[in-house]
Amino acid sequence: MTAAQKTVDAALAREFGLSDEEYGRVLTIMGRTPSLTELGVFSVMWSEHCSYKSSRKWLRTLPTTAPWVIHGPGENAGVVDIGEGLAAIFKMESHNHPSFIEPYQGAATGVGGILRDVFTMGARPVANLNALRFGSPENPRTRQIVDGVVRGIGGYGNCVGVPTVGGEVNFHPAYDGNPLVNAMTVGVARQDRIFLSAAAGVGNPVVYVGSKTGRDGIHGATMSSAEFDENALAKRPTVQVGDPFVEKLLIEACLELMATDAIVAIQDMGAAGLTSSSVEMAGKGGVGIDLDLDAVPQREPGMTAYEMMLSESQERMLMVLKPERTELARAVFEKWELDFAIVGHLTDTGRIVVRHRGAVEADIPLDPLADQAPIYDRPVAPLAAPEELGPIHDPIGLEQSLLRLIGCPDLSSRAWIWNQYDSAVGGQTVRRPGGADAAVIKIEDSEIGLALTTDCTPRYCRANPRSGGAQAVAEAWRNITATGAKPLAVTDNLNFGNPEKPEIMAQFVAAIEGMGEACRVLDFPVVSGNVSLYNETRNPDGSTQAILPTPAIGALGVLSDVRKTVGLALPKSGVLVLVGETGGHLGQSLWLREVLGRETGDAPVVDLEREKRNGDFVRERIAAGEVTACHDLSDGGLLVAVAEMVMAGGVGCVLQSAESGIRPEAFWFGEDQARYLVAIEGDADALIAQAKAQSVSARVIATIGGDGLTLPNGATISIARLRSANEAFFPGLMEA
Amino acid sequence: MKTGIVVFPGTNRERDMAIALHGVTGRKPEMLWHRDTALPDLDLIVLPGGFSYGDYLRCGAMAAHSPIMREVKAFAERGGHILGVCNGFQILTEAGLLPGALLRNGGMRFLSQDCYLRVETSETPFTRHWKKGDVFRAPLAHGDGNYACDTETLAELEGEGRVAFRYASAGGVVDASDRASNLNGSVNAIAGVISANNRICGMMPHPEDLVDPLMGGVDGKPLFDGLVEALVR
Repeated sequence: MTAAQKTVDAALAREFGLSDEEYGRVLTIMGRTPSLTELGVFSVMWSEHCSYKSSRKWLRTLPTTAPWVIHGPGENAGVVDIGEGLAAIFKMESHNHPSFIEPYQGAATGVGGILRDVFTMGARPVANLNALRFGSPENPRTRQIVDGVVRGIGGYGNCVGVPTVGGEVNFHPAYDGNPLVNAMTVGVARQDRIFLSAAAGVGNPVVYVGSKTGRDGIHGATMSSAEFDENALAKRPTVQVGDPFVEKLLIEACLELMATDAIVAIQDMGAAGLTSSSVEMAGKGGVGIDLDLDAVPQREPGMTAYEMMLSESQERMLMVLKPERTELARAVFEKWELDFAIVGHLTDTGRIVVRHRGAVEADIPLDPLADQAPIYDRPVAPLAAPEELGPIHDPIGLEQSLLRLIGCPDLSSRAWIWNQYDSAVGGQTVRRPGGADAAVIKIEDSEIGLALTTDCTPRYCRANPRSGGAQAVAEAWRNITATGAKPLAVTDNLNFGNPEKPEIMAQFVAAIEGMGEACRVLDFPVVSGNVSLYNETRNPDGSTQAILPTPAIGALGVLSDVRKTVGLALPKSGVLVLVGETGGHLGQSLWLREVLGRETGDAPVVDLEREKRNGDFVRERIAAGEVTACHDLSDGGLLVAVAEMVMAGGVGCVLQSAESGIRPEAFWFGEDQARYLVAIEGDADALIAQAKAQSVSARVIATIGGDGLTLPNGATISIARLRSANEAFFPGLMEA
Repeated sequence: MKTGIVVFPGTNRERDMAIALHGVTGRKPEMLWHRDTALPDLDLIVLPGGFSYGDYLRCGAMAAHSPIMREVKAFAERGGHILGVCNGFQILTEAGLLPGALLRNGGMRFLSQDCYLRVETSETPFTRHWKKGDVFRAPLAHGDGNYACDTETLAELEGEGRVAFRYASAGGVVDASDRASNLNGSVNAIAGVISANNRICGMMPHPEDLVDPLMGGVDGKPLFDGLVEALVR
């Protein structure tokens, strides 16, 4: 039986993901049994994916304002002032569920979707980033998913000609059935040319542009709002198929039209396609909208109203135009050989009315559809205490520990991935992947630079969601700082398990509290974001596996003079100074996991005042031109950070002995926060005196030079040996 | 030097090329739309990188038949200078303006990394700012850059000194069987070729992305400096 023949009742509503209570609300709003199309509209608009019904209460607690924030959450993407009349527009969004079902298309359309969120606001996309989590390398399906996701991100980003400049990758068995693909796009627009989605002007034409509508992706938003079970792979038809060539044309055509005054409002058709774009545009503008589906460009004959309203075909946009500019707009889209169709007009009824083949297929009041959308205050369990750290001993010594760590899945060279992403297209990439803690791009025809990064340490978030949430923000802030840029704002991508479980909600709430506190202290507001829940897989025996709580942070900073930025490659000479206090925290460290095989202990403490003090100090020294390279300390701690600087520069260094009163493995591999390594020409006395004056701890840790990393015990590891340990993992996993 | 850059639907490195040309000529290149049927007065036409028409049939195949290519061919017949980079090189081979073809990379993956090129001749307007044997770095970014041609054509190219650039190690060693330097598996490690009249050059790597120290170096700049010197009227 096809959907069109189904009887609308509570059972069908449940199939569409609406609870009985929610369906009751639909009946009250409509005053009658809804049509199939109407039920479809309610079910997608009230899905977790579109309505944020489990998360909204907590998202409201995040700080979203600062003098440089032009538009915070609520628009298609966040907008911040970067100087010279320019704005950076950016957002990160997940495409987790589709990427498990169909890795190539899932990842590719994730990139396409986030690009549209940014250029729909008038920005030319200038950079893509991503945050990826995969299952255990030992799981045979992991390799297949890594391959498809990386090809998909590259296949889409390379073709549209937006450089993929950065990202992060983790492996953990908790992602075996739920890989995470979070894609971020950054664009730049003139501040006086920013386009919003609120429709206005009764009678104004509603115009559809881009690709034709097909039967792909129907109910994608609903699929993303439920756990996976053993039949997940049978959901392939709900995955969309992307066409980056059309997206490239759409970018150019939209930007060309945006240079005129034709557009009143514009929104991409993302999740829930024509439904969410029309409902949201009309709803935000406080107007009604009439749609004539016969006018919608269709890829195949015989599509029903339900299918067209729910389709998630890619590369489509909806616009409200000034009537007198319609023909000008049509000419632009015809030049780019894209479909252009007037599919409706704005009304003063406050309702969405959908007509198809002479019949009214849907007629829904917009206010209740938005205002009466369910919001849940889900039960929150008390947080479990982190597991005891347990006894520490070092069975293999510094040298072997270092080689093991820089070769482990989470720290190994990512070159195998980067080398499939075009990171240089556009000609403005100052720091390509691996060149600095954050990617740095120049804004064409200006001296402004943007520093961009994505960060999260999920194992910290599992042990202590509050510290982990704060740490993700702090690490992003540090990575921006280490390039010399001023951190401006973040976009968040909150990936969690099933929110109906109190222990998952506990993770969610605590992570948001930690993030919020860090954002407040660091003056680093959240301007856009996305929530992905139900990242759980149900095993055949009924048990479930949730992902590690993963509040991924995408962050943006600005350099008014991009030429002052520094990378992480060691220069030929000088000294290396450690900024920040080392306490030797081994809980949840990679050393503990890779050497002792345990994921125990608490996450490191995030002292936000100290973060701010130390980071501000480092940024000032970079701006003063005193620093020749800088790297923050994170996964793997101090010795791993030193090795990374050595490998990047192809220059060695001689470490000084620790003399810290801390066990050597804790000193060299502990993951205390708020720390940086800075390289200085000549001696460091002035810098250290300056640090002391600002209550910042700083000490010389190494002398730069030579062709190896000389440990405190005098043993030297050659750069070639470091590199071969660092570079083996990905080719071994993927090419073997 | 008056320059024009052809923009096809799906072209995406036209801006990089415009920056590089503007940097050496001091004037903005003309952007030529694929449907244009007349050319302005030009000294150099550049076919830039990207995915013209989505590269859906075969890289460069559809672009080779677009309206502007009739004008580009006529320009070539009049002795005009043409540079094709990446997708532009693919289009030049599909249009029959350069011999050979660009096949899928040997490793079957898209490649985006720096490579090293050895200059094989300084006797062309494109390479005159280098000495034969010079080695320079250039980013490459392509899925189909594996140069191939029949043995007769290969003998002709080699015999006439029409190989402009070969993939090499950083130290300048060319070894076609070494996938670490000849990344895409090109025959004789060929990265760029020249037409018989010395006026059309196609190459896979992107010299236009390395013309500013801020972006990591100026290794690609001699190509553009040489063109200005040769073509300025």
